[in-house]
Amino acid sequence: MSQELLEKMAQSIIDGDADLAAELARQAIAEGLDPLFVITNGYVPGINKVGEAFGAGEAFLPELVMAGEAMKAAVVVLEPELLRKGSERKTLGKVVMATVEGDIHEIGKSLVSTMLSAAGFTVYDMGVDNPSDKIIEKALEVDADIIGLSALLTTTMIRQKEVIDKLDARGLRKKIKVMVGGAPVTREWVQKIEADGYSEDAIGAVAVAKKLMGIEA
Amino acid sequence: MTKTIQSITNPKLRLEVLTADEVRRIHDATLYMIEKVGVRFPSKRALEIWEAHGAEVDHQTKIVRAKPHLIEEALKQAPPAYMLAARDPQQDLPLDGNHVFVGTDGCGVEVIDIYTGQRRTSCLNDVRDIARIADATPEIAFHWVPLSAQDKPPHTRGLHEIKVIWENSTKHVQTESIYNEREARAAMEIAALIAGGKEELRKRPVLSLMQCSTPPLGHDGGSLDAALVAAEFGVPTGFMTMASCLTTGPATLAGNLVVGNAEVIAATALLQLAYPGAPVFYAAAQTASDLRTGAYTGGGPEDFLLAAAGGVLADFYNIPISMGSFATGAKEPNWQAGIENSLSTFMASITMCDMLLGVGFLYGSRIWSYAQMMMDCEIFNIVHKMMQGIVVDEETLALETIAAVGPGGNFLAQKHTKRHMRNLFLPEFLDRRPYGEWETKRDDARDWALAKARRILAEHQPDPLDPKLSAELDRIIESLERVPV
Repeated sequence: MSQELLEKMAQSIIDGDADLAAELARQAIAEGLDPLFVITNGYVPGINKVGEAFGAGEAFLPELVMAGEAMKAAVVVLEPELLRKGSERKTLGKVVMATVEGDIHEIGKSLVSTMLSAAGFTVYDMGVDNPSDKIIEKALEVDADIIGLSALLTTTMIRQKEVIDKLDARGLRKKIKVMVGGAPVTREWVQKIEADGYSEDAIGAVAVAKKLMGIEA
Repeated sequence: MTKTIQSITNPKLRLEVLTADEVRRIHDATLYMIEKVGVRFPSKRALEIWEAHGAEVDHQTKIVRAKPHLIEEALKQAPPAYMLAARDPQQDLPLDGNHVFVGTDGCGVEVIDIYTGQRRTSCLNDVRDIARIADATPEIAFHWVPLSAQDKPPHTRGLHEIKVIWENSTKHVQTESIYNEREARAAMEIAALIAGGKEELRKRPVLSLMQCSTPPLGHDGGSLDAALVAAEFGVPTGFMTMASCLTTGPATLAGNLVVGNAEVIAATALLQLAYPGAPVFYAAAQTASDLRTGAYTGGGPEDFLLAAAGGVLADFYNIPISMGSFATGAKEPNWQAGIENSLSTFMASITMCDMLLGVGFLYGSRIWSYAQMMMDCEIFNIVHKMMQGIVVDEETLALETIAAVGPGGNFLAQKHTKRHMRNLFLPEFLDRRPYGEWETKRDDARDWALAKARRILAEHQPDPLDPKLSAELDRIIESLERVPV
């Protein structure tokens, strides 16, 4: 096992170099290395380092996002090999992310998706303008632990409540937690619609999702 | 109560934030982007209009790519100057490049209650109260719907908001909260009633619309449809970009201007293709996202530079502009609010942005503060004064007076002083008291500003809207409310 390769993997994440991260993943497969081993000992230390630097105020959001993208690029290469070996990367939880019906604002939701997957969650990002029923169906289909709902307009924010009410009516609230976000979303709104979690930014959203999964932050 | 409106006009100060060559480069880059990369127009109607005029339309992705001459020719149709009309014609606002007007900011979701001081969810009565205070405040030239009437149904909320403003003020109303065709048509019906008919509305648009783009390089379908309805009725409409460095725009300011400009001029061209000569305006509130959280900031040096740049770009296209100034990211009226709102307003004024949005908000246009509203008006008064610059002539050089006083005297008792002293700025909220007096009272601008807002709200009686007219507006809204979306 090449320690040098593992260090290069970590560095590719730190540098946010998705091409290199993917290339190193292909190299690992060619060398017959265990995909789970290289994720855990190559790439994850890289993402942890970026996370620490961010926490210390030395790295900025774009670096965090680039590291997340690089991580994703490596995992995409390694996934078929993981499947073939019947091993699975441990996930912190499955999250369905969606912007609600009538709302086409994407960026905040996508940022949360990236942060969650970089942190080790499995994220199903449904994009924008999603009817409530479609979101719930998707959550059931993938056996999601959490639904994340984004809204930027006061007129579409009510759809967050609609999803929660529909989950309630179908007796799914215990099984699927709901976290909400978006510029007009306030703590009072969150309490009113009885959402399980809420964050004002993407970094906070990871902590909220971990809490909902009962993971120590 | 005074009917006059305070505006900046005939300014003396100038600033070259972009050279003519730099503007040209931004323009060329913008046209390149619209032609090669395209802009997303997710509206069936918009795509059909583009297609009919020979633009390349991808119906799958809703992306439109248009040749430079199509955009440039369309923009030439836009009127360079027009008027925003008010219920009271004395309060009409000429958008002629020689006036800077301030509006209330919008559209927030919470308010610091004027009496209890508690932060709470906004409702229709808040929109009413702000309208009444703005009606009596000369610095505020027009209304933007300031808060979302969250106690009203989502599909008619925007109509309740404009109605209650007209019931409480004679000034021009602009809304950013009507963003679908159905509500826009009802809004036109309401505005026509206020103006006295559809033809009158065309001549005297008492309403204007502002639609937000969806950066980078995109628009919202409902917003496009609503804007097309407004253009059909001759109601002034602007597209506002809020492209932010790092997130919805490149990290560089020039690149950010290209992204925002592409959104604004492409949509403006669309309105001109559909309704040549329709009154349109440029609108922008660009900024840089926070490096740590990616959040909207509502201030900072980039924000201030972009505020001035917008005015220059709009001049290049020869259309009026509404610029996002004020709107601090501060959580309460404090040092940060003072810096951000002063500098952004100064920079937007120095390039003579026609409309400034706007007074009253904290936390990036989310939380309304009556104290901030009044203090923002004073910021505008300071900028207003500065824009007049230093006048140098025989009278202002004051040679005779200086000679008369001579070395060691003072100017207090001079006739020249009496003639000019009232041109000196007299603040309402800057604290110039002796230290001892402050030490005893420990009050400041925030207390005085809030007291002023409370006093106006208690005392001001706006010219009422004819109750019969109000009832008609109610009928329009009710009929829309009965039909499910």
